Amino acid sequence: MTAQTSDTIFQAHDLVKRYGNVTALDGADFELRAGEILAVIGDNGAGKSSLIKALSGAVIPDSGRMLLDGKPVHFHSPIDARLHGIETVYQDLAVAPAMTIAENLFLGREILQAGLLGKYFKVIDKKKMLSEAIRHMQDLKIGIRSMSQAVETLSGGQRQGVAVARSTAFAKHVVILDEPTAALGVKEGNMVLELIRRVRDRGLSVILISHNMPHVFEIADRIHIQRLGKRVAVVNPKNISMSDTVAIMTGAKNPEDLPADAHA
Amino acid sequence: MKHHLHRLPSLASLGPCIALLVAGSFFATQSEHFLSGQNFSLILQQVMVVGVIAIGQTLIILTAGIDLSCGMAMALGSIVITKFAVDFGLHPYLAVVCGLLVCTLIGMLNGALVTKIKLPPFIVTLGTMNIVFAITQLYSGAQTVTDLPDALQFFGNTFRLGQTSITYGTLLMLALYLLIWFFLRNTAPGRHIYAVGNNREAARLTGIATDRVLIKVYMLAGLLYGVAALLSVARMGVGDPQSGQTENLDSITAVVLGGTSLFGGRGTVTGTLIGVLIVGVFRNGLTLMGVPSVFQVLVTGILVILAVATDQFTHKKA
Repeated sequence: MTAQTSDTIFQAHDLVKRYGNVTALDGADFELRAGEILAVIGDNGAGKSSLIKALSGAVIPDSGRMLLDGKPVHFHSPIDARLHGIETVYQDLAVAPAMTIAENLFLGREILQAGLLGKYFKVIDKKKMLSEAIRHMQDLKIGIRSMSQAVETLSGGQRQGVAVARSTAFAKHVVILDEPTAALGVKEGNMVLELIRRVRDRGLSVILISHNMPHVFEIADRIHIQRLGKRVAVVNPKNISMSDTVAIMTGAKNPEDLPADAHA
Repeated sequence: MKHHLHRLPSLASLGPCIALLVAGSFFATQSEHFLSGQNFSLILQQVMVVGVIAIGQTLIILTAGIDLSCGMAMALGSIVITKFAVDFGLHPYLAVVCGLLVCTLIGMLNGALVTKIKLPPFIVTLGTMNIVFAITQLYSGAQTVTDLPDALQFFGNTFRLGQTSITYGTLLMLALYLLIWFFLRNTAPGRHIYAVGNNREAARLTGIATDRVLIKVYMLAGLLYGVAALLSVARMGVGDPQSGQTENLDSITAVVLGGTSLFGGRGTVTGTLIGVLIVGVFRNGLTLMGVPSVFQVLVTGILVILAVATDQFTHKKA
């Protein structure tokens, strides 16, 4: 199966997470390679969101270990994960709608003015934040006219763009995207898929959680299938059909019955 | 040109200015005394105490909170300042520092209860309002403190600017507005206040220590109530344990009239200054017209409901 470890950037072994009698993660493994888009799919209750929460620091697993760049890591909060270069775009986007795009991009990480004003009075450098925001959004080809407009004036796809841009501006290793196309129409959904590709092409690794199979097959380099709290298979979307993938996800088909080249 | 349109002030932020201008023009036609430097100076003097309290109230409402204890904190602050100076013979400056400290501590208590025990700000400050009122009455024996040293009355003194005499207290109030305006607009901690009020969970996820922001906001508001206490002492020339009884609703009125949203995250301290002035101009104008003060209360009530209704319609969660 997955013999390559040289380019593995983020991995988890034997993660367990229980909520009372419910076992959400039952010895789950995970492996993300450098510069790939890895889709994580699974039925409701497969432990998909618990896995993602553990990877993004939102949940502390009961046992198991995680390695980032080969070094063991323990996240106690999403901030911990962020400090390690892992950024998460939450499904509800976690933006401040009344604030401007530039402010949202730099929220909690404002660029301060050089000199005493910045150091002692934490005076922000609005000009620099604005120009950095413009540069960054242009890099990602997100077409928004003015960075000083409030996020609430944007369409759903544009807001998603802002949230993705924020995470990529600061992620050093990994961007986790939770259902980025769920609330969008066809056109805006495609726009966001394009954006995710550009993020990968800039050298970041992307973890994509999605229910949308056509989107997953269009964009993912590999697909991690989660079932009953475990990883049951990692497949190559080029060599497997959508229906077989769904069959494995729901337990209708055994992963061992797949042809060898379907595994990734 | 078109993409600059969003930078123009919205109707919501222009509304208070228009209301102030309309009210001013109306009273100018009704009384020849209204349009004079001396009268404007008087209006500023009349609003300086509630004006400074309203700055603190704005900060708290920006975080989607509310503070009912502000007036009582101010009353206790003024009793501490005057009693420490008069009864203990403490140096007036030191007495002022003690007053500011007491008010800041009340703010810290409010902030701690809101963040650590996660109680709604309305209930927390309703409780502390009564507690602080009781402490003020017990400590002062419900007696006014008189015979103050001159230093405590400095901000009630005036200087002449042409034909108009202006109190130092109004200058202090305007300086505080300028300071907090800059703080909210141009500093990272200032912007974090908006973020916490606008979407607290998002602010937390971006790494802002939201609880710490909230506690600091309540403490800063408390400090401002302490300054208001000093102004109140200077203006009245006594420490009055019965003061501060209407300042909570008056300051909330001013904040809301100034266009700050009760949902948090939207609003400006300049709007609040205009809100304070609207209330001041109405009171002053109606008094000059000889309208009984009951009607002033009536008008203020109507204005508040209008302002809150505007807020509801423009910022209702989509």
